Amino acid sequence: MVTLEDYVARIEETCGEEKNFIVIFKYNKKDEAIAKILKKTKKIKSISNIIFELTFKNTSFRLYGTGKAIFRELKEKNELNALLADLLL
Amino acid sequence: MMLDPYKIREDFPILKRKINNHSLIYFDNGATTQKPKQVIEAIKNFYENHNANVHRAVHTLSQEASELYENAHEKVASFINADGMEEIIFVRGTTEAINLVAYAWGLHNLKREDEVITSLMEHHSNIVPWEKLSKINEFHIKYADVNADGTLNYEAFENMVSRKTKLVCISHVSNVTGAINDIKRIAKITHEHDALLLVDGAQSVPHMPVDVKALDADFLAFSGHKMLGPTGIGCLYGKREILEEMQPFHGGGEMIREVSYDFSTKRCSISWNDLPWKFEAGTPNICGGVGLMEAVKYLEGIGMENVKEHEFMLTEYAMQRMQECEKVKVYGPKDASAKCGIIPFNVEGVNSHDVALFLDTYGITVRSGFHCAQPLHQIFKLKSTARASFYIYNTREEIDKFIQVLKEIEQF
Repeated sequence: MVTLEDYVARIEETCGEEKNFIVIFKYNKKDEAIAKILKKTKKIKSISNIIFELTFKNTSFRLYGTGKAIFRELKEKNELNALLADLLL
Repeated sequence: MMLDPYKIREDFPILKRKINNHSLIYFDNGATTQKPKQVIEAIKNFYENHNANVHRAVHTLSQEASELYENAHEKVASFINADGMEEIIFVRGTTEAINLVAYAWGLHNLKREDEVITSLMEHHSNIVPWEKLSKINEFHIKYADVNADGTLNYEAFENMVSRKTKLVCISHVSNVTGAINDIKRIAKITHEHDALLLVDGAQSVPHMPVDVKALDADFLAFSGHKMLGPTGIGCLYGKREILEEMQPFHGGGEMIREVSYDFSTKRCSISWNDLPWKFEAGTPNICGGVGLMEAVKYLEGIGMENVKEHEFMLTEYAMQRMQECEKVKVYGPKDASAKCGIIPFNVEGVNSHDVALFLDTYGITVRSGFHCAQPLHQIFKLKSTARASFYIYNTREEIDKFIQVLKEIEQF
């Protein structure tokens, strides 16, 4: 069974007053993860297909072609995991 | 004579790397620096040819390792103009050096009515040990204020120092703004009140000539990895007479002269080893010391005045070019000569972590967040900042690329 761990290498909770989550996708799965995410989300804007501002279920986030994504509006890691599961699984 | 960063870059294998299909532009030197092949080779050579535990062994390899390790202390001592290796204690880094002073000096000398003065520009490593220790010894901690540009408010600081002050702990250079503190001025007023001065040199020793005698610092803490050396090795300088009086920090092998069992009391009596070994319990980071020695040799070969001059040139150029970016706000001193090569900034409407991720897409590394200095960000009312920090191998062309990407971020 495919799990989040198949796609996600690490989740960093950033320091700073804003509690951001940075999701780092596994290098060999990043293209697949990006394709899945782009398919399910609404694109607000993008630069040269390397940086995307996206929304999904009232959450906006930024996805980078380098295989990273930054989620700014989530309070809990559980919320993030649920969102990632909807996007990737 | 200015240094030649292009020639220097040839010594740094990692700078040939591509990150996300772009040439690496390493602007995270405030966090750690890259390593020249001379340091990498010295580490390799140590493990291939000289590895053994130091001291108290008679075999040849141990003698070689001991000599290298002691030479490393001597090299660092001369680099900061200390009076010999007795004044140089090898630790893991600046954080451990400050903790050493807290627990080997502070624990035994700071009492309830005493005061420790630090500042609001400090790295957490120069705040947390004192807050932690004050919970035990119940002394007071006072935080000297900073001005709007992140420089120390000297008037406020000087008014704070009193007969109750026993220790002043302050950074030489702010790790957030790069602001350089006038340590001689701080030392003068500190010593007029018979207090001791601990200087956090993590962001100064790698970037400018530092002379402990000229500064009149009682303690100076710094890290090897921020000055081309390996991680896990750093130094605490202390004036010999103060170190002699201090109790050891950690207990174990190497730091003792004798551990003698008394059959009548059924206890051990212990006498301490000579300086600096009294403070280096257990098997030390021998190879780290060797790597640091090579890093110091490398920096000496360039000349610290040249290092400082190069960083000043880059900082002035970057700050000037950042003014072209309408949405970029730079914090800290406006005069590049008042700071080291550190530039904190934000892009209006863009979170600092987003800025860092955006730059990373182009192979440009900067740090984002609080930079372990949350109180300073609170003073500035900033949620976080991005930070570009330069070193000897950075170039104006790299700054041009950085500005180009910043302008792209502004458009996003």
